[in-house]
Amino acid sequence: MALEVADAASALPSIHEIKLASRALGGDIHQTDLSVPAVHCGGCIQTIEAALAKLENVEMARVNLSTKRVSVRWQGDEVPPFFATLSRLGYQAHLFDPEIHEKDKTLSELIRAVAVAGFAAGNIMLLSVSVWSGAEGATRDLFHWISALIAIPALAFAGGIYFRSAANALRHGRMNMDVPIAVGVSLAYATSLYETINHGEHAYFDASVSLLFFLLIGRTLDHVMRERARTAVNGLSRLVARGSIVLRDDGTREYVPVAELMPGMRLLIAAGERIPVDGDIISGNSDLDCSIVSGESAPKTVSAGTHVQAGTLNLTGPLTMQATAAAKDSFLAEMVRLMEAAEGGRSRYRRIADRISALYAPVVHLAAFATFLGWMIASGDWYRAITVAIAVLIITCPCALGLAVPIVQVMAARRLFEAGVMVKDGSALERLAAIDSAVFDKTGTLTLGLPRLVNVAAIDPAMLAIAADMAAHSRHPFSKTLAGLGGFAGQPKLESVSEYPGCGIEGTAAGSTWRLGRRGWAAWKARISGKGTNGGTVLTKDGVIVASFVFEDALRADARAAILKLNEQEVSVQMLSGDTAAACREVANLLDIRRFVPDLLPSGKVERIETLATAGHKVLMVGDGLNDTPALGAAHVSIAPASAAEIGRNAADFVFLRESLLAVSLALEVSRKAGGLIRQNIAVAILYNTIAVPVAILGHVTPLIAAIAMSASSLLVIGNALRLEGFVRDAPTKTVPNDGRSNSSGLAQL
Amino acid sequence: MTTLAYLIPVALLLGGLGLSGFLWALKSGQYEDLDGAAERILIDQDDKPER
Repeated sequence: MALEVADAASALPSIHEIKLASRALGGDIHQTDLSVPAVHCGGCIQTIEAALAKLENVEMARVNLSTKRVSVRWQGDEVPPFFATLSRLGYQAHLFDPEIHEKDKTLSELIRAVAVAGFAAGNIMLLSVSVWSGAEGATRDLFHWISALIAIPALAFAGGIYFRSAANALRHGRMNMDVPIAVGVSLAYATSLYETINHGEHAYFDASVSLLFFLLIGRTLDHVMRERARTAVNGLSRLVARGSIVLRDDGTREYVPVAELMPGMRLLIAAGERIPVDGDIISGNSDLDCSIVSGESAPKTVSAGTHVQAGTLNLTGPLTMQATAAAKDSFLAEMVRLMEAAEGGRSRYRRIADRISALYAPVVHLAAFATFLGWMIASGDWYRAITVAIAVLIITCPCALGLAVPIVQVMAARRLFEAGVMVKDGSALERLAAIDSAVFDKTGTLTLGLPRLVNVAAIDPAMLAIAADMAAHSRHPFSKTLAGLGGFAGQPKLESVSEYPGCGIEGTAAGSTWRLGRRGWAAWKARISGKGTNGGTVLTKDGVIVASFVFEDALRADARAAILKLNEQEVSVQMLSGDTAAACREVANLLDIRRFVPDLLPSGKVERIETLATAGHKVLMVGDGLNDTPALGAAHVSIAPASAAEIGRNAADFVFLRESLLAVSLALEVSRKAGGLIRQNIAVAILYNTIAVPVAILGHVTPLIAAIAMSASSLLVIGNALRLEGFVRDAPTKTVPNDGRSNSSGLAQL
Repeated sequence: MTTLAYLIPVALLLGGLGLSGFLWALKSGQYEDLDGAAERILIDQDDKPER
């Protein structure tokens, strides 16, 4: 899986990093939250909790299976080795930032509101049924009074959510769906109270409270769905350093959070760590993985004097570097600024529901007012005129409209969630349905950003086995690929293995010296004789080349199928990359992508997207790197793989967790289908209104008819939304192939 | 009419009891890990009652 790809590249967090991410609970007790994506059953809970509880100083460990998190409470200054313990048990863990907990408050407020509204709606409905079945006189008055009392907490607590939202919209001079809801509910309550005081016959307490109840259910489901997606995305591994070890002038070492790193500080970067801020290397040799920063697929060899950018991953050797910029001036922060500046179609986009209510609310309120005037003129009875006008408001209160959009989006998001695609919010689905062109990044998106050995067939298996044994000692991406190809058992046993950062690996076996690495370094005899100086990776025995390896970036699973599918869906596909023209052309040819632009800077990608947007296109951006982040923000809608950098994942509207690129076309398919259902639902709601409004205007609506009509239209809309499930049931088999496992189906087989 | 005088308060009281029970359960974190709770029932704890 793509997730594991990202994980494997980073080492376990250091003790300093763990301390930084923990929060103090008073005394000397700390709590650390870990995200453990592999937890999936009761057995996992028991294994993890038992193993962690046995560690010294651990007070309590609790697994949350729903959010796949473990919270550990520990005391003292020593951080217990829970990462080592978890990885020994086979669970990958990431540190989880505590500040994200704040979000849950909205959810519990919504659930409490649903509970209160449900309680009130149920009880008032019971009393109303007795009124409808003929309770009269004092009994009816009593029932009305009790209903009025029960409705107060529901209105204050559950209705408050709508009143606040409506007030907020009006204050900014906008209109949203909550405005007509708030007006309808409060006016219905006010007239019903007046009726009750004057021993009247028609009270709408039931309508106003059950309206709130229905709408809150839709709102809560919507929130739960988004929360689940957000939790899943937040649980992914972090690709940005939290801090770094600073070497002080007096020789002491100290762990300093990224925000406090200053230009001029000397930093120690171990192999496997990310560079925290821009800087120059003072000493050390290593290879840097720049794929997430620049889109270049091949690792870059660095030594003293090289300038390095924040976010790149140090692969092979320890480095000492001098910071040249603080975190807020580093490459990463620059990307965030570019992204904020580029924030394009997204902030201008208005959701379907808001656009409709901008039309709907004035029409409804005018209709109610016209009804009032009409009855005043016709009968001169102002009491009768107000009652009928309020009935019009209640019957048009957008119960079905309020549910029409969120219910479909919840169904669509759930469907995508099952396929491993996280939807950040409902408007993303609306925007995705409208796109006509898609822009892909190359490294890490169309390709995995992982090398694949192309010439396996031409290599002697015994040599391959030796190379694999040696490669197991290194973090270099080429080594990782080679290490995965081992298995032959007859090779001589390696005695001493050491890694030369920037060059390769040396080992001795059966009396000869073996080297795996850069041609110029490993094949020292060949170099003397002057042949084979053209680079590449080779295996040598005593300086003589015995095998050479050719690597290519492996394509993401189903990349070609996904591009074909997008073409079928009438989306024009382009590739924008920071990599070289040659590397881009190769991938473009393999995937049948006709238009591509190589060597782009991050701002160049934004420009290309803005050009497309001004030409009237709605652009989907799919990318993963830090260099794609501004483009993800600039596009109409954006998708990122789980292996993307954090800010990319946060900027994107969708995040797909599985390796297959078909997730993109599936998301498009589901969002288009959802768009169709939303339009149908809105049509149903409008049809309902065209029938119900004339009846209400003529004064034939009683509370009983209002209750039946509103529930019926809501049920109709919900039933229609559930059809998405039916469409979806036959889809998974053809759209969700094996997740992972397809590394081997690379370029050669396509 | 007299039956209503006690039946309605009883009905409301029972409903209110259910509501407050739910709110209490929500507040004490019982809905935070629904999947975990379903699995935990299968875990044998070694805290056997003392005899």
